[in-house]
Amino acid sequence: MCNQGRKVNYVHFDTIAAISTPMGEGAIAIVRLSGDEAVQITDRIFRSPSNKRLNEERSHTIHYGHLIDPTTSETVEEVMVSLMKAPKTFTREDVIEINCHGGIVAVTRVLKLVLKEGARLAEPGEFTKRAFLNGRVDLSQAEAVMDLIRSKTDRAMDVALNQMEGKLSRLIGALRQALIETLAQVEVNIDYPEYDDVEEMTIPLMIEKSTWVRNEIDKLLRTSSQGKILREGLSTVIIGRPNVGKSSLLNSIIQENKAIVTDIAGTTRDIIEEYVNVRGVPLRLVDTAGIRETEDIVERIGVERSRKVLREADLILLVLNSSEELSIEDERLFEAVSGMDTIIVINKTDLPQKIDLPKVMEYAGTGKVVTTSLLKDEGVDELEEAIAGLFFEGNLESGDFTYVSNARHIALLHNARATIENALAAAEAGVPVDMIQIDVTRTWEILGEIIGDTVQDGLINELFSQFCLGK
Amino acid sequence: MPKFEAGTFDVIVIGAGHAGVEAALSAAKMGATTLVLTMNLDMIAFMPCNPSLGGPAKGIVVREIDALGGAMGKVIDKTHIQMRMLNTGKGPAVRALRAQADKVLYQQEMKRLLEEQENLTLHQGVVEELIVEDNEVKGLVTQVGAVYRAKTVIITTGTFLRGEVIIGDLKYSSGPNNQMPSIKLADNIRELGFDMVRFKTGTPPRVNSRTIDYSKTEIQPGDDTAWAFSYETTEFITDQLPCWLTYTTPRTHELINENLHLSPMYSGMIKGKGPRYCPSIEDKIVRFADKSRHQIFLEPEGRNTKEVYVQGLSTSLPEHVQKQLIASVPGLENAEMMRAGYAIEYDAIVPTQLWPTLETKRIRNLYTAGQLNGTSGYEEAAGQGIMAGINAASRALGKEERVLGRADAYIGVLIDDLVTKGTSEPYRLLTSRAEYRLLLRHDNADMRLTELGYEIGLVSEERHDAHVIKKQQIDEEIARLRKISIKPDNHTQEIIRETGGSELREPMKAADLLKRPEIKYSQIERIVPPAEKVSAEVKEQVEIFIKYEGYIEKSMQQVEKMKKLEDKKIPENIDYDAISGIATEAKSVLNEVRPLSIAQASRISGVNPADISILLVYIEQGRIAKISG
Repeated sequence: MCNQGRKVNYVHFDTIAAISTPMGEGAIAIVRLSGDEAVQITDRIFRSPSNKRLNEERSHTIHYGHLIDPTTSETVEEVMVSLMKAPKTFTREDVIEINCHGGIVAVTRVLKLVLKEGARLAEPGEFTKRAFLNGRVDLSQAEAVMDLIRSKTDRAMDVALNQMEGKLSRLIGALRQALIETLAQVEVNIDYPEYDDVEEMTIPLMIEKSTWVRNEIDKLLRTSSQGKILREGLSTVIIGRPNVGKSSLLNSIIQENKAIVTDIAGTTRDIIEEYVNVRGVPLRLVDTAGIRETEDIVERIGVERSRKVLREADLILLVLNSSEELSIEDERLFEAVSGMDTIIVINKTDLPQKIDLPKVMEYAGTGKVVTTSLLKDEGVDELEEAIAGLFFEGNLESGDFTYVSNARHIALLHNARATIENALAAAEAGVPVDMIQIDVTRTWEILGEIIGDTVQDGLINELFSQFCLGK
Repeated sequence: MPKFEAGTFDVIVIGAGHAGVEAALSAAKMGATTLVLTMNLDMIAFMPCNPSLGGPAKGIVVREIDALGGAMGKVIDKTHIQMRMLNTGKGPAVRALRAQADKVLYQQEMKRLLEEQENLTLHQGVVEELIVEDNEVKGLVTQVGAVYRAKTVIITTGTFLRGEVIIGDLKYSSGPNNQMPSIKLADNIRELGFDMVRFKTGTPPRVNSRTIDYSKTEIQPGDDTAWAFSYETTEFITDQLPCWLTYTTPRTHELINENLHLSPMYSGMIKGKGPRYCPSIEDKIVRFADKSRHQIFLEPEGRNTKEVYVQGLSTSLPEHVQKQLIASVPGLENAEMMRAGYAIEYDAIVPTQLWPTLETKRIRNLYTAGQLNGTSGYEEAAGQGIMAGINAASRALGKEERVLGRADAYIGVLIDDLVTKGTSEPYRLLTSRAEYRLLLRHDNADMRLTELGYEIGLVSEERHDAHVIKKQQIDEEIARLRKISIKPDNHTQEIIRETGGSELREPMKAADLLKRPEIKYSQIERIVPPAEKVSAEVKEQVEIFIKYEGYIEKSMQQVEKMKKLEDKKIPENIDYDAISGIATEAKSVLNEVRPLSIAQASRISGVNPADISILLVYIEQGRIAKISG
């Protein structure tokens, strides 16, 4: 080897940097650095009024000063620098957070400066990855942090925080405990066949336990769609004939609720998404550009594409004109959205009513119907209530609820469900208990993967703590 | 003591217990000149505790030893007094054969095998010191000054190292059953730098059968079916002796509680760690106070003795308390105690100091096997013994070393657990320790291991031929059942009705019909008989394979997944201390165990998934660095 005699550390973690606050206008923005050289890099560009060196300062302190570009000696920014030295930091490395003025220009200049001085632009999630690799957080916590960073509303933040605090871990832990108790009983029947006073783990008992676990997984999965929505926003499409008030509706939702962020997805400006927070529900208003420009999404993008947009939507707001009779186009729209979560908005109630309400009700079926006069600013509250109600069905608003919001967790839960379902099917088909046990064990392992714990010894310890075993 | 040269061998085995005899027989059969040194020639393959072999997991080990060409299965087939197949009501993966042994006949038969084995020298002698030069073992010296030279040495000293027997407040230096303990060798092993732990185990009292009132107990006869552990056994014992079942009483529990202060387990005299799965009666009653009674099995120790082993009453209480305990059990009111139960403490080697070949990491060409490595049980000892014998002989003869994987055999699970995780108590195999137990069945041990036994030279040509034919027949019959279609005619429907299953609506492949839980091969055979007669063993394999194909495949997939990690080898000269990011605790255990693959590393307790990720990154990058540098 070429580097003999020298200790080479292959997993040398270089110093990374990134803008840690969301893009867009805000009072301040933060550029974060993590790594062995985070402090040195900052020292090269930071000047405090008293000329202090961060390297010599105590950890977990904040320092006021200016950033100077060393090549031009120009002042780049007025900043507050938080100094956090390893190991008591999020990544367990030295961490610097530079608080600068908000706005894309200022923060980008700061980032460019630290990159020029030797930091590397962090990959998405790399800070958390380091925290994980340095043993600071477990897998499920690491993922929760990622979600926390990406979450769009306060409620989404709560979910992520709950998960971080291990609520999901505890729930999964309870399921695993139930499974391992079942398994221990099967095992004791196998390893100690003559041991008399352990209840034989019979098929009906196995079915009972497995069914319970499956139902609990189902419950968690049901929350998962909400969790995903909390993280990604409730994809919402406003449709309706021209001139029914779609853009007024859009504008009033956006005005009432401060837009969180405007994303430009993909490389084209084709689809613009507005994020708004409606009573804790993040709405992702899709294809609003289409509405703004042509007033008719169906017309503009053609039936096929509009159907695709509709299919991918979580929520449809179908707007009707109260002062006109239902038209063929309206009926077509009803058809297009049948089977989807739809709220019917009957607008223009300030004008004389001509619409056939009973017929609308009939079309709407179980869908909610709200009447508004956007002109008079009436009915928007009711609409928002309807949206929140639809989302938090079953009174989920009590904050004490664990959502599964991470894609990996959801996938694993689906896996676990399929596996326990196999066990159930086998049990019902009369397959021997110790074969069914294979799928039960697998379920236990998959659930363990969510919280990053699949230690085999657990079962054996369970065996000996539960039963007094001799022969 | 003047020393003298006493001989040179390829392999020397110290000890002739269950590990030692398998090690010696396999080494000698492979062609290595082998010396067995034992303290007492009359104690070869002695069973100091229960007179029984097999049971769940352990019984499968006996079959594996047999498939590899070992002796245990054949010897017990000749010398048992009773055999039972356990777990017959459950699936095929967990069926287990258990035999009650005639202890004396077992020993005699095993001794005869050793005496008759070519290349094998059996000698009585007490080993005091190993000859080690440059961290390599060269031979050993006995009590009388005899110097034996060898290419490899296997230590299989069981519970003899600094053994101490404890009854009540009496404690004396002794091997099991009042045999001589091994003190100097124990000191020598410590001096060589090995980490040792103190373990404890125990045995119950024995009573005289003539004084037992069996009318107050339940009879436990052997099975009517003639079973055998060995695939080569053709003669079966039909004359079986029963065991008997009785229970502890409230009086037994009272006695324990009243005399607990006299128990060395609770007085603090015993410091060694005892096994959880083989608790003393004191332990059972203290830890599971809500249990109103415990089972007591009365097991004859042989055909030519009246001595009966009181299974379930293992204790180290003083002898006078033991007498009262016995009298408190129905059927034993007037039983005469012939020997008292006792606890024994002994030195065991910390098994993470071994490579998976059972060679010590510290001293080249030195192997250890059996209870010395921290296990308990005759079968666990024998399973290690045969592997140590194979590897020591291979080393001496310049052949390839062999390691069984976790998906190959229970022996593989056992050794991997020991060398990877170590053990904090005497280790017992349990089916739940095997993650692929569906593949590690009692019925397919020969399918898994005969080929290997043959390659090594432990399995005869004839036996191998028979194995190849059996395998071929299984494959052909499976293929036939997959191909042949069963028509819903009267004959078929009638057979299906007999099983209580639903009738066929349309033709179905025989294999698919066999997958139904209520259908057995015996019914398929009646509907579509094979052209040539198929043996019962072939039928069993065909039935299991087809019926549980889905599960077997699933297990195979998991094996494949694990194999990818097994294939990621960790360089031998890796410097864990140079890898920042790995937790300090993980570094220390990695340095201790020095795993050979990522898979093995991932099984070490104290190494978490994050450490494994970092290790993977490190190894990958090291590889890249090597290529580019």
